[in-house]
Amino acid sequence: MSAQAISVALPRPSIPPTLLGGTWSFARREFRDAMSSRWFVLYTVAFTVLAVGVSFLSLSGSGSHGFAGFGRTAAGLLNLIMLVVPLMALTAGAGAIAGERERGTLMYLLAQPVSRSQILIGKYVGLAVALTCSLCAGFGVSAGVLAWRAGGVGVRSFVVLVGLTILLALAMLSVGVLISVLSRRSSVAVGISLFVWLALVFLSDLGLMAGSLIFKLRVQEIFALAALNPLQSFKMGVIVSMNASLDVLGPVGAYASHVLGDAMPWVLAGSILVWVTLPLTAAMVIFARRKSI
Amino acid sequence: MIVAEHVTKRFGRAVAVRDAGLNVRAGEALALWGSNGAGKTTLIRCLLGVTRFQGRATIGGKSVKRHGRAARALVGYVPQELAFHDDVRMGSAMAFFAALRRVDPARAREVLAEVGLTGHERKRVRDLSGGMKQRLALAIALLSDPPVIVLDEPTSNLDAAGRGEVVQTLQRLKEAGKTLVFASHRPDEVISLADTVIVLERGVVQRVTTPLELWPTEKPVQVVRLYLSKASEAEAAQTLRDAGHAVHLNGHGLCVAVPRDRKAEPISVLARRHIEVRNIEVMDDVRVEEVAP
Repeated sequence: MSAQAISVALPRPSIPPTLLGGTWSFARREFRDAMSSRWFVLYTVAFTVLAVGVSFLSLSGSGSHGFAGFGRTAAGLLNLIMLVVPLMALTAGAGAIAGERERGTLMYLLAQPVSRSQILIGKYVGLAVALTCSLCAGFGVSAGVLAWRAGGVGVRSFVVLVGLTILLALAMLSVGVLISVLSRRSSVAVGISLFVWLALVFLSDLGLMAGSLIFKLRVQEIFALAALNPLQSFKMGVIVSMNASLDVLGPVGAYASHVLGDAMPWVLAGSILVWVTLPLTAAMVIFARRKSI
Repeated sequence: MIVAEHVTKRFGRAVAVRDAGLNVRAGEALALWGSNGAGKTTLIRCLLGVTRFQGRATIGGKSVKRHGRAARALVGYVPQELAFHDDVRMGSAMAFFAALRRVDPARAREVLAEVGLTGHERKRVRDLSGGMKQRLALAIALLSDPPVIVLDEPTSNLDAAGRGEVVQTLQRLKEAGKTLVFASHRPDEVISLADTVIVLERGVVQRVTTPLELWPTEKPVQVVRLYLSKASEAEAAQTLRDAGHAVHLNGHGLCVAVPRDRKAEPISVLARRHIEVRNIEVMDDVRVEEVAP
């Protein structure tokens, strides 16, 4: 078929979207879908209510104002974040591709002039923005309570807490998307993501404790294994950002403080960043190379 | 316009399409004819480059493997049933696909008017009838005015009125010089639209022929579909062929082309051999003079 013949049959130029344009279209659609999803709204409301509740109760219980009050609040929020945020992000990511596949919409989207990477990255970006908005809503109201009760103390630490939480959410979203690419049905993807959540939140701690006793692990090995878990990296990162010593974590924390010194926050943030990039890259490669839809 | 050579698609050990080839000229209408599981849908997916396959396929000279986005930009795809998020409003769906195809949003209104969907933009996809969904899919396919329209059994879920509307639209597109590739179970559609018919059986191209060769007759014909027990289908087909009828088994009964004034003749032929016909469906009118050379 000659170029001339095509132009005769083609009154308007059929140009595939640019890489960025196509990705942006999917990101916008995913963001809108997430924001109108009942589950997502429920998670956002639950996180906001719990965050405000934790902030208020921590400050009331402390009976003090200023940094000590903020420390208690941050500790309370830390535990809440470690439970809720991975669950939100993992389940949101799990539905991204598997849901489209199950509904039969993936085939239709792939038949458009877009690449698989555009679909995947677009969906990831859309969900990431939606998650960030959701978290910011919770943190925003919580920050209001803090400002009212504790004044402007600990603003920097609070910003670091929000930043690390968003980074943790992106990491868990990457894992969720990888699970989604590997699953044929969204129910399976959600089931696997719940198991991963359970493993990261509860089982890894227990496994580390049992492993250190059984294999007589050295402190550096225990620290390395703990830092491999993005949730532990997040926890240590938040504690460090509050100008607190990791000594509260015992010999392992003391060892990490001694060896890593000022590089500690960067090492821990880098560990979470690896969890953002590696699963997402793996998801892209697997999705692009999948033989069938 | 579309060239495929040695296309083979395997699912594990099963071969869905084996060494298929086709060459569709610009402005030509090609029908893929075959029973369920013959490989029509898989071949279409290979041609669109949405599934991995062995062999080579190009659209407008662009390889669907190496330049899939550019190749698919030349194609409008209409699935068996529009698969898109049910909660989305028709207007939003059009806006999304207009952005993907880099088309002015005003063009979306234009094509909705072309397919008779003006005024329904606020309706959600889930609230559309089968016929409206199919017209929406057609509108999306026509957004960028592509030179090639690929349709996978576009009327299989529609009633007679809906089928008539879709076939009329396709006839207009053919007259406008579009290249059509479509899979169909219905002889009336094939006779009305196709210049060339590829007969597929178990993933293998059996014949490349024309509708008139497939259903040879000088007179206006109708196609009747006879429903029999599975066990007697092969014997019935052979009996009717021996009696001089053009017969095709396509997984949805036995399609027999008959002169319009002798529609009951195949039933009499089968009755003489004690083959019971359970049901009969007379397909839409076929005007052979329209497709006669």
